[in-house]
Amino acid sequence: MKKKHIGLIIYIAFLLIPLYWMVNCSFKSTTEIMTKLTWIPEKFTLENYIHIFSNVVWRSSFVNSLIYVSINVALCILAGVPAAYAFSRWRFRGDKHLFFWLLTNRMAPVAIFMIPMFQLYSNLGLFDTHLAVALCHLVFNLPLSIWILEGFISGVPKELDETAFIDGLSFSQFFRKIFFPLIRPGIGVTAFFCFLFSWTELLLARTLTGVSAKPIVVALTRSQGAEGWNWGVLIAAGVLTMLPGVVMVYFIRNYIAKGFAMGRV
Amino acid sequence: MKNRAWLFLAPALMLVSLSAFVPIMTVINYSLHLLFPGSIPEFYGLANYQELLQDEIFLESIKRQFLFTAQILLIEIPLGLLVALAMPVKGRWLTLILVLLGIPLLIPLPIVGMVWRVFTRADLGVVPEILGMVGYDYRPVEHVIDAWITTIVMDVWHWVPLVALLCFAGLQTIPEPYYQAAKIDGASQWATFRYVTLPRLRYVLIIAVLLRAMDSFNIYSEVFVLTGGGPGNTTNFMSLYTSSQAVGGTDLGYGAALSMTYLYIVVMLCYVLYTIMMNMGKGARQK
Repeated sequence: MKKKHIGLIIYIAFLLIPLYWMVNCSFKSTTEIMTKLTWIPEKFTLENYIHIFSNVVWRSSFVNSLIYVSINVALCILAGVPAAYAFSRWRFRGDKHLFFWLLTNRMAPVAIFMIPMFQLYSNLGLFDTHLAVALCHLVFNLPLSIWILEGFISGVPKELDETAFIDGLSFSQFFRKIFFPLIRPGIGVTAFFCFLFSWTELLLARTLTGVSAKPIVVALTRSQGAEGWNWGVLIAAGVLTMLPGVVMVYFIRNYIAKGFAMGRV
Repeated sequence: MKNRAWLFLAPALMLVSLSAFVPIMTVINYSLHLLFPGSIPEFYGLANYQELLQDEIFLESIKRQFLFTAQILLIEIPLGLLVALAMPVKGRWLTLILVLLGIPLLIPLPIVGMVWRVFTRADLGVVPEILGMVGYDYRPVEHVIDAWITTIVMDVWHWVPLVALLCFAGLQTIPEPYYQAAKIDGASQWATFRYVTLPRLRYVLIIAVLLRAMDSFNIYSEVFVLTGGGPGNTTNFMSLYTSSQAVGGTDLGYGAALSMTYLYIVVMLCYVLYTIMMNMGKGARQK
């Protein structure tokens, strides 16, 4: 019992120390970062953060990221639940192959799709819109969400569907009243993973946006501007890009616990 | 019934096809051409593919990629499982640990590279100093082995939480009576793990291994920021080299041929892994 707790504490420390170092550096001036290694800022300063927040580009980029991630998660759930239901409940010709084909899209290397994706969405007239990024992120998120949801749906006994239909419920009634509440934890877990992969992917997001929908990292490269690498600002910006994730995990912590406890990912 | 299945699948298939089908077709088309920016595309047949078989850097990067994927799988899967086993089953501590595990996962990929760069570079980070105190001359910028280990450690740091979360979810599904029965039978801790826990985790472990395998082949931004592929080419993975050819390179057609080869390798690898794992301990999951 004791040994496993010590192990867990060591692991958590390993998780947190690099993060602490980042946060620690973000409160130092660039000269202090470059010249001294201190675990606590010698001269505590907020100037890096002030520099960031005085710039409009930074603020809007956070909102942009949140918008396209939200569209992406919504589409993943809306299209993913019926598809996962079909895979879980019905056998049809080529279902296994179709399932694997969907997964292969997740394997497609992101970096390689940059140019074709750019051309595709430019031709569709969607370049520099939130929708373009959301649609493009579906390539790797939708297969994953079908995969996860299929596990959860298969955990709901098939007999339940049949009983409901025998009792005279229409399909939509069954979906809303019985089925949806049962797989809600699964939807929560799926949304978590979709958020995760869409939020952290910035290569495609950057390629598909110009001015009005640009994500956080574009803002990040800004700080290399005229004065060269300004590590203080860069690190502070890095810390800021971590915050929405942390806030998100904090708010949904109970759902995660419940969703994961429901099990059968 | 069959028609209804397709009706249910239609939205998902349409959405995926939109962003997958057209770009793949474009890449295949490119790969058959000689494409220098500014000049008229010239049909080149399979010559790009022939050229790529002689490309030392590409072949090296494939080897390196397999080595990397094998190493991170060997570390991340057991470690994630161990973390999941050590986690409390419920209560405030569980919530705290779940939140902490979520943090590395939710950091944008280039920032993951940045965290480790800031942590390990001699001018910015504290790692060289600490290792210097125990007498190890740590130089990730110059020494091949240091750069490699740093990349592995970064990936482990980044993705073990995912494996741990998946395994934790899987562990929750094992009904308590299973453990009680094992206890009554006098099974040792190891036997309980081997014959009760592990078979039940099969499906979750398949997801974890496949997800990590395919995502590790796609590793790009983190390494790009951390080492930039260096020193030399020693952390120049398949994705890094391919995109340096496809985006920064002169011949787009050659980059596309590299891309298709690369995609083919990943799909084959995942297919093999998928088949092997699905056949391992068959019958544990019935539909």
